[in-house]
Amino acid sequence: MSLSNSKHHTVLQSQEFKKLVSNRWTFSLVLTLIILFVYIGFLLLVAFNKELLGSKINTHLTLAIPVGIGIIILAWVLTGIYVYWANNTYDKAVQDIKSKLS
Amino acid sequence: MAFPLLLQTTTAPVASTLGTANPVSILMFFLFVSVTMYITYWAAKKTKTGSEFYAAGRSISGFQNGLALAGDYMSAASFLGIAGMVATRGYDGLIYSIGFLVGWPLIMFLIAEPLRNLGKYTFADVVAYRLQQRPIRIVSSIGSLLTIAFYLIAQMVGAGSLIKTLFGLQYEIAVLVVGIVMTAYVLFGGMLATTWVQIVKAVLLLSGATILVILSLAQFDFNPNNLFDSVSTQYGDSMLAPGGFIINPFDALSLGLALMLGTAGLPHILMRFYTVPDAKAARKSVFVATGFIGYFYLLTFLIGFSAMALVGKPTIEELDKGGNMAALLLAERMGGTAFLGFIAAVAFATILAVVAGLTLSGASSISHDLYVHVFKNGQSDEKGEIKVAKNATIALGILSILLGLVFKGQNVAFMVGLAFSIAASANFPALLMSIIWKRFTTRGAVWSIASGAILSLVLILLSPTIWVDILHNEEAIFPLKNPALVSMSVAFAVGIIVSLLKPEASAAEKFEAEKLRTYLGVGAE
Repeated sequence: MSLSNSKHHTVLQSQEFKKLVSNRWTFSLVLTLIILFVYIGFLLLVAFNKELLGSKINTHLTLAIPVGIGIIILAWVLTGIYVYWANNTYDKAVQDIKSKLS
Repeated sequence: MAFPLLLQTTTAPVASTLGTANPVSILMFFLFVSVTMYITYWAAKKTKTGSEFYAAGRSISGFQNGLALAGDYMSAASFLGIAGMVATRGYDGLIYSIGFLVGWPLIMFLIAEPLRNLGKYTFADVVAYRLQQRPIRIVSSIGSLLTIAFYLIAQMVGAGSLIKTLFGLQYEIAVLVVGIVMTAYVLFGGMLATTWVQIVKAVLLLSGATILVILSLAQFDFNPNNLFDSVSTQYGDSMLAPGGFIINPFDALSLGLALMLGTAGLPHILMRFYTVPDAKAARKSVFVATGFIGYFYLLTFLIGFSAMALVGKPTIEELDKGGNMAALLLAERMGGTAFLGFIAAVAFATILAVVAGLTLSGASSISHDLYVHVFKNGQSDEKGEIKVAKNATIALGILSILLGLVFKGQNVAFMVGLAFSIAASANFPALLMSIIWKRFTTRGAVWSIASGAILSLVLILLSPTIWVDILHNEEAIFPLKNPALVSMSVAFAVGIIVSLLKPEASAAEKFEAEKLRTYLGVGAE
């Protein structure tokens, strides 16, 4: 028990683990800010600049339609980017650290 | 010239078989209930332990859970309601869809993996992990149960009126049938049955909506541009741009935040992450769910505009002012009575899957959070806990039938917005702070959850939504239609200030120790 506790303590204090945690939150935070920025920006455009969203990009089609559809697609793509990063980078680092625990 | 059908359809008389018994929908409905009851029977044999009842024994794969999450989240309100909103008001309906979708990336980036690693059955497990169990369990179960109650009432009342319109069945009988079937799923089959009901429903809904879009777009040579041209030729260019739907910018922001952050605080959604074996599967399930839900909203957008162009706005509004029948009218126009019956049965299945998820989540909160951790101080035996969970399921089933009957004919549309506001204000801030903030304390969490829930309730009462629209007062005391902007900000501020005022040393210490579990999954259930 104490042996595993001391191992746990070493891992918690290690640079490697600290870096894992900070990388994870940096990556998450950047993606979070992107979706917040895009979504709140969209809401503000809807509220304050309807004319811009209503401007035509061909005979009838307005800018609002590709923008709206774009946000839906972006939301999905961002989750995909996170999964790709987590599967390839994060999980490898986790395996390395875990191997030191056992 | 591209739309020979156009003139015909706009001048065609209203001829719909909606509201009469449709043999195809009745057949489809019985087929759905038989198949899902068989699934429940199969699941019941595998549902003995607590982990099996609450979390399907953590046996669901990431992809399956993604589909089930989509089935849990895509309600009849978003299928019929958003298609109807687009069909009657145009582009504005899409603003709602986007709000309902953008919460999912946040679940991915901030919540899903820590939630899976730290918790067991409910999101309160995570909040209470390093804080004092009793106070946290009490307030967070109140937050959960309020969210679930308002969501459930809206679903039951919607189900009653929808089924009345679709099948010509009496409102009371419809509510009774929904209540009994959903209770049976949860009571006997627990999470395993609920999961598969949601998966079957998601597949049915996605394929039904896809077929409807293909049939509709065929009228426009499969070119969405032709569809948009037809819409603006008939109803003006304003239909393709944001209109007068949101007047006050703060209203837009408040509703937007409620939809986005509320999604990340819905107890029945959060609970689903415990059904997968590990954090890796949890993240995969968010990716899959976001893809399917996003695809579904793109379909509802096209369905709404197709209904506007092909069925015609006046016809849709004649049948229901909110446009809720738009998708069904379009289905009838495109595929006749048989296809209408299919889509109607899909809408019914949709309701059943959502209310089953809500009921299971409510029962878990009562048995796992309140019974075990409050009344038994965490010392309960598994048998006793499952018994309480099953009794709670029956009680919630009866309660939701009664509430469905009590609120018959009432305006309950605001309740979905209220449920999202409580989820965004009471559940989300405490959950997020407990995951990321070391100095978060028990008192901070209790006050944050309480202030978020109370403010949501009080402010919506004083808002135009209830004070003016329902109570018919002249002017609202609180200006915003959805209170989330204020209630959520206050919940965060209160949580931070109260935590800083009186530090909790043991909680901060445990935060360091729990990191191995949060980030590496060491010791996760």
